Amino acid sequence: MTDILASVNYWVTIFLMVGGLYIIVAHGNMVKKLVGLGIFQTSVYLLFLSPGKILGGTAPILAKEFELYSNPLPHVLILTAIVVGVATIALGMAFVVRIHEAYGTVEDDEVHELDTDT
Amino acid sequence: MIALHLPALQVVLPLLAAPLCALVRRGNPAWAITLIASWAAFAAAIGLLLRVLDEGVISYEMGGWAPPIGIEYRVDLINAFVLLVVSGVGAVIVPYARKSIAARFGSTEQAWFYTMYLLALTGLLGVTITGDAFNIFVFLEISSLASYVMIAMGRDRRCLTAAYQYLIMGTVGATFIVIGVGLLWAMTGTLNLYDLAQRLPEIQNTRPVLAALAFLTVGISLKLALFPLHLWLPNAYAYAPAVTSAFLSGTATKVAIYLLLRFFFTVFGGVDFFETTPLPEILLILSIIAMFAASTVAIFQSDVKRMLAYSSVAQIGFITLGISYATETGLTGAMAHMFNHAIMKAGLFLLIGGVMFRLGSVKIEDMAGIGRKMPITMAGFVVLGLSLLGTPGTVGFISKWYLGLAAVEQGQWWLVALIVIASLVTMLYIGRVVEVAYFREPTAKVAQLQEAPAALLVPSFVLVAAAIYFGLDTSLSVGLAQDAAALLLSASY
Repeated sequence: MTDILASVNYWVTIFLMVGGLYIIVAHGNMVKKLVGLGIFQTSVYLLFLSPGKILGGTAPILAKEFELYSNPLPHVLILTAIVVGVATIALGMAFVVRIHEAYGTVEDDEVHELDTDT
Repeated sequence: MIALHLPALQVVLPLLAAPLCALVRRGNPAWAITLIASWAAFAAAIGLLLRVLDEGVISYEMGGWAPPIGIEYRVDLINAFVLLVVSGVGAVIVPYARKSIAARFGSTEQAWFYTMYLLALTGLLGVTITGDAFNIFVFLEISSLASYVMIAMGRDRRCLTAAYQYLIMGTVGATFIVIGVGLLWAMTGTLNLYDLAQRLPEIQNTRPVLAALAFLTVGISLKLALFPLHLWLPNAYAYAPAVTSAFLSGTATKVAIYLLLRFFFTVFGGVDFFETTPLPEILLILSIIAMFAASTVAIFQSDVKRMLAYSSVAQIGFITLGISYATETGLTGAMAHMFNHAIMKAGLFLLIGGVMFRLGSVKIEDMAGIGRKMPITMAGFVVLGLSLLGTPGTVGFISKWYLGLAAVEQGQWWLVALIVIASLVTMLYIGRVVEVAYFREPTAKVAQLQEAPAALLVPSFVLVAAAIYFGLDTSLSVGLAQDAAALLLSASY
């Protein structure tokens, strides 16, 4: 039980990861798929950030009174990953808007039907 | 001075040119900028290759920060070869793009297209040249986001759903790659590929390392469209503008194959996963299914671009087949086929783009008798088609020869038979187009057609000529591929 609690950050990561992936696969609505994609990407932020945190540690600043600090590298990496994630979701949303303009729906199966009709 | 900073210039030139194109906002100046930047990148790749041949591995400290803390650009024979392919294809397509893109888009949209083109090129060159695992992800996403936009600029509305589907699957793939990189980082505390290769053998049998390998393999396989993760590819290539299809088929999947090679043989070079896990068998089986299933589906396509897209999936099967052997001959075949397929498929998409330019359709039935009205275009199509099925005297033969040789080395004669049969299936779908184009009476619409303009023909025929030249003189393609394969297997980086 203590093992499970000690690695609670990983359990949350796995839950978000699998949940996000499930939404992408299971939902036919293109906006919901993007929501799933967002959750899936967010789980990775946690995967990177949580091992870098030390309990009681401060931000990595150079000062005499602080000796224990968290690893700054994951923060830098994840800041970049967040930017990439934002760009991806924004572009995905833009596609959904264009698809809605062209087809009048954002449901996977309805779009597919409209294409096979013509 | 310039020679010293070539690794940085390789990526920075197209990266700086991209916003310039966005700022000028007019088609022709943007095209001129793209032309200069892409050819400069090609020149940089040639310069890098010559330097690597001359003095061995180049390590470039980005911003003067020493690796493994700083980001390192590391060029050896393997990625110098891939840089040459990517920047070469990227440079040849730009002269073609002007007429093809201007026919469909207004001036501002053209400038945006070139911006995306340069960003995609930047990303692909960056993935290839960098020696930092996280940098790979960032560059991969730069190129992917730009290529989604390039796909969504097609003329059919289905290009939008194709781009959306590619965005979802591509992002899942890229995220899998980051998960793999994150696990490796958590285990070793480093992101430098060279450093990772040194540290992994000590912890090779731990579960996170094997999980990292699995995530990386699946993520990269999504990007390179390995069967059955190829579902995004046919629609994306079929509905994108011709320039986009040619560019992506010649570069994007090839860079993903490079990544697979780099992670398998360099980063995990000291880990004996090829013996302890069933990975080579899985790769072998998936490759064979790809070769047959995708080729068979290609036969039944009514749209030539879609047919070529399925053919890409099949040809990627040939490349991964070579990788699954993990022998020098197999890897030589894989790397040579990477080079050759880039030339052939980019050339085919450019030529079909010429048909689209004149006819406005690339449905096979609409192309009846087109061989008489567009003889030069279709002659090029036949030559590249013959190369695709592996006729001696063309590049396609060379790489299939090495793939067959690798199978013989392993004593697997049945595989040689499969390679030959898969090539014959190629003949069926290429033959179908040839039959319609040459042996049917031209329809009324085709009868009024003219030959494609020279601006489209010349770049296409540069690739056709390359397909024949490198089929006869193999010292560059196979020679380099052979040295690169030996280097991959020696796991020195």
